[in-house]
Amino acid sequence: MARQRSVFDIVGPVMVGPSSSHTAGAVRLGLLARAVFGSTPTCARIGLHGSFASTGRGHGTDLALTAGLLGFPPDDLSIRDAEHLAADAGLEISFDVVDLGQVHPNTASFELSGPDARATHLQGSSLGGGDVMITHIDSYDVEVTGELPLLLVAHLDRPGEIAAVTAVLAEEGVNVASMQVSRERRGAGALMLIETDVPVGTAALDRISSASGITGVRVVPAV
Amino acid sequence: MAYTSFADLLVAAEEHETLAAAALHLEALETGSAPEDLRARMRTTLDVMRSAVADGRSGRASSRSGLVGGDAARLTAAGPGPAGPFFSDALASALAVAEVNASMGRIVAAPTGGASGVLPGVLLGLAERTGASDDDLVDALFTAAAVGGIIAARASLSGAAGGCQAEIGSAAAMAAAAGVEMLGRQPAVSGHAASLALQGLLGLVCDPVGGLVEVPCVVRNATGTAIALAGIEMARAGIEFPIPFDEVVDAMGSVGRSLPPSLRETAIGGLAGTPTARNLKLEDR
Repeated sequence: MARQRSVFDIVGPVMVGPSSSHTAGAVRLGLLARAVFGSTPTCARIGLHGSFASTGRGHGTDLALTAGLLGFPPDDLSIRDAEHLAADAGLEISFDVVDLGQVHPNTASFELSGPDARATHLQGSSLGGGDVMITHIDSYDVEVTGELPLLLVAHLDRPGEIAAVTAVLAEEGVNVASMQVSRERRGAGALMLIETDVPVGTAALDRISSASGITGVRVVPAV
Repeated sequence: MAYTSFADLLVAAEEHETLAAAALHLEALETGSAPEDLRARMRTTLDVMRSAVADGRSGRASSRSGLVGGDAARLTAAGPGPAGPFFSDALASALAVAEVNASMGRIVAAPTGGASGVLPGVLLGLAERTGASDDDLVDALFTAAAVGGIIAARASLSGAAGGCQAEIGSAAAMAAAAGVEMLGRQPAVSGHAASLALQGLLGLVCDPVGGLVEVPCVVRNATGTAIALAGIEMARAGIEFPIPFDEVVDAMGSVGRSLPPSLRETAIGGLAGTPTARNLKLEDR
């Protein structure tokens, strides 16, 4: 899932300062966390690790993560007001310094919950230059960069599930750029992560959602 | 993928006539986008640079910590200095964008947020002085991006990986190459300008006071601009740097890898480690 260097990654991105890693990358992590959760959470507990913890406040990392959870892009001047905008949106947010062990210095963890008591745990790192990677979703190890549209499919770990999903994509004319499969343990829950060149349409989504053994589908747009 | 050597970029420029055209051609090929759409997007990028210069020079930008802000306006108000109006203008524009960046304003990372003032500092004033059009400026930004892509491929654009030479040094090399092309010089002259700029910043450490993109980052955008302009002046006069740009970049990468972590954006060594820096009480909002 290596990122192709575009001229707009070198002269660009257009972003709100001051730091591509601590600000722009933090917004993108928040955006990805929001997309994986599926909506604006009502409660977010964010853990700041390493350099995010030590120099994050001066770089607006807290505001940037908040803005991402609210759905603002990295070049939105509203990022400066994210604290107030979160309160207006009914998002209760708190930050703690955490030690996540041997991970990238710019790493954050997210505990997101909604009004229906639905909760998701995520962890991700800002790798430099605005590049990011979500490394954990709940109990799954993942690599989500937000460079391409992503389809998340939770399913039962049993034969035929992957073939069923890729068959639908093939029939709907969606090209798969990369694919990862991760499972809790043999025969339990599993997660497919499918990066596609173009976003997956509603027809394909409906077909995948209604297939047997599929327990959840989420579309994570490129950010 | 971007060009991985200036030698390759020169060969492509022979076919496409300019460095900018070679860069645009490859981007269109890689992304499947129409060249006119890519130019339109770069035009938007240029507009963001201009707005940031205007905002910063008005003096409205001040950082969250209160450490920086107002210097671009100070330089603007002081008027032309001994090196002439073009030079003080270029420095003011560079400071302006860097101050806007530090105040959570909107900028173009070029190649990073911390070094975002150098390209506007060098190129916007140069365009005004030479009567270059916005189309010429768009070309210049494509050329700058191609040079930055070469550095990304061979070394690094990150202060945490390679020190400030990888950020301000890269920005100065990108700006120098683009500036020389804007002056109508041959592609090879751009390579000398980029080398002449980058050699002057080799070894520069990343030592942000308090870990913030403020001191010395903001003023380093101005001094980086000055060095890029020196590279342009020398190269357009026919001065050649004997080490090819690709090797200068490799040297920068090698120097970066030998820098101790304390001098790579950890806010431990260099200016960040001085008694004054350690005793600074940074405001929090």
